[in-house]
Amino acid sequence: MRRSVPYRMVRPVLGSPFHLLVLLCSFALCAYAGVRLLDGDWFMVMLWFVGAAVLHDLVLLPLYAAADRALVKGAGSRRRVWVPYLRVPAALSGLLLLVWFPLITGRVSERYAGVAGLSADGFLSRWLLVTAVLFGGSAVVFAVRLRRRPPADD
Amino acid sequence: MARSFLPTRPGRGPFSPDFWRSPLRGPRFTSVLGVVLLAGITILFVTGLLSYAAYNPDLAPVNDKTPDKGILGFYLFSWPTDPPWLYRLTQGVHVTLGLALVPVLLAKLWSVVPKLFTLPPARSLTHALERISLLLLVGGALFEFTTGILNVQLDYVLPGSFYPLHFYGAWVFFGAFVAHVVLKAPVALRNLRKMREGSEGSEGSDDAADELVAPRPDRPTVSRRGALGLVGGGSLLLLATSAGRSFDGPLRETAVLTPHGGPEPGSGPNAFQINKTAAYAGIRAAETSEEAWRLAVRGRSGTVRLSRADLLGMPLHSAALPIACVEGWSTSDQWWRGVRLRDLAALVGHDDPADVFVESLQRHGAFRRAALRANQVADPRSLLALFVNGEELTLDHGHPARIIVPAAPGVLNTKWVARLTFGDL
Repeated sequence: MRRSVPYRMVRPVLGSPFHLLVLLCSFALCAYAGVRLLDGDWFMVMLWFVGAAVLHDLVLLPLYAAADRALVKGAGSRRRVWVPYLRVPAALSGLLLLVWFPLITGRVSERYAGVAGLSADGFLSRWLLVTAVLFGGSAVVFAVRLRRRPPADD
Repeated sequence: MARSFLPTRPGRGPFSPDFWRSPLRGPRFTSVLGVVLLAGITILFVTGLLSYAAYNPDLAPVNDKTPDKGILGFYLFSWPTDPPWLYRLTQGVHVTLGLALVPVLLAKLWSVVPKLFTLPPARSLTHALERISLLLLVGGALFEFTTGILNVQLDYVLPGSFYPLHFYGAWVFFGAFVAHVVLKAPVALRNLRKMREGSEGSEGSDDAADELVAPRPDRPTVSRRGALGLVGGGSLLLLATSAGRSFDGPLRETAVLTPHGGPEPGSGPNAFQINKTAAYAGIRAAETSEEAWRLAVRGRSGTVRLSRADLLGMPLHSAALPIACVEGWSTSDQWWRGVRLRDLAALVGHDDPADVFVESLQRHGAFRRAALRANQVADPRSLLALFVNGEELTLDHGHPARIIVPAAPGVLNTKWVARLTFGDL
């Protein structure tokens, strides 16, 4: 009993000792690799590392969440039935743009053509084509579903 | 709720639990994505380490872009030459799987974003450290995916060379990833078991207290299954528009948005993927002409200078081997014909297996000089190729002569070879 008194006092400040041990081991490895990662232009590398998290959590995520919210709100409660048919192709097309924007926007076109001997011209038009197919396909599925089962008002 | 007992003022905006409205968020949604990432990222890490070993960085300084690696190179081994498609497989998986995991990673981060804003910022020392570890985890994951995705598109905006950034970044990320898995995987697996045991549908009563669950959720606009379907659909879409670039012909044409996807360059026997064109590497036709070009072969017994005609006079051998790039694309087997590297080694007094230092005419580029290990030189399929698919090499494929070694990463198959130095490096 006597031993549990100081432990109870310490525990809320310290937290779980097992978690603490795991985290300290993890930090040792992170630090060993981290000093090597930062050897060079440490400020820019740090900026990229932390900036990636900040840009995602505080810019990209709020942006697409707000866009989705606007879509749902804009649809109104009676027309919500078509929301997924817009949301899905928009999300998929946006995903492709997010991953391939250097090629789609043409910012690496010259280097790509010079390095690989391949044309970099088609990426924008192919992305637009895939986007059109996604939205078109979604519209077709929506039309078929509507025919089979008219939406119930709510 | 446990939260209300804490001696803090309720937060505003995103710091308030009420701010987060999606009924999708909850331990089950996060657990499914987490377990997928656990498997996927483990494969990415292992294939990444294999790719690092494939460069034989411990063989010679020219192969080593991370000389300060220290114990991080603990596992290095002599990269084998069998099976010849080994690097094609491991690196194809590394890049293609990485692309397919992008939507899973994004969804996982979305599902836990309210935790970024939890108050108080730290409940204990361990909790504070855990949040720092999460910054390394999230920053590390995004750093690794971003550097990889930019590099395969040749978008060299990175704050340094890709190799050390992606390699050391991977270890920083992995350190945080292991801690996260140790602390969270048991919970995630328990959640999945509960889901499988039946209480499918709405979050169970014991989940309601989880801080991921919105206390005042909006009306659902999509089911959890539907949302997971969208994430999986995104993965499939990325897979379908990328995987083809590990193959030739019509399959490559399906990789519509991916570098080295689409139609092959040019036509004829030399119409297969080029990593770096002769123009980009700064190769001039005058240096590669029959009169000008001589191959210097150095070794134990001195230096031999060979013209292309001299090489053609040596025994020629064939090997069907692929080209596989660190960027994740590869070609099927091409039919190469040329002089065996081990015959060239024997020419300068190395009848026993020896390492070789290869130098190109190329003026710039990280791998204009590269080293191959004795096991690679000794393989009878390792050639100084003069022909491919029955025709002379074109300038873009390394005319007058190039290295081709089974299972080696593309950049170690040096083009426009000018000098071979056999012996200890």
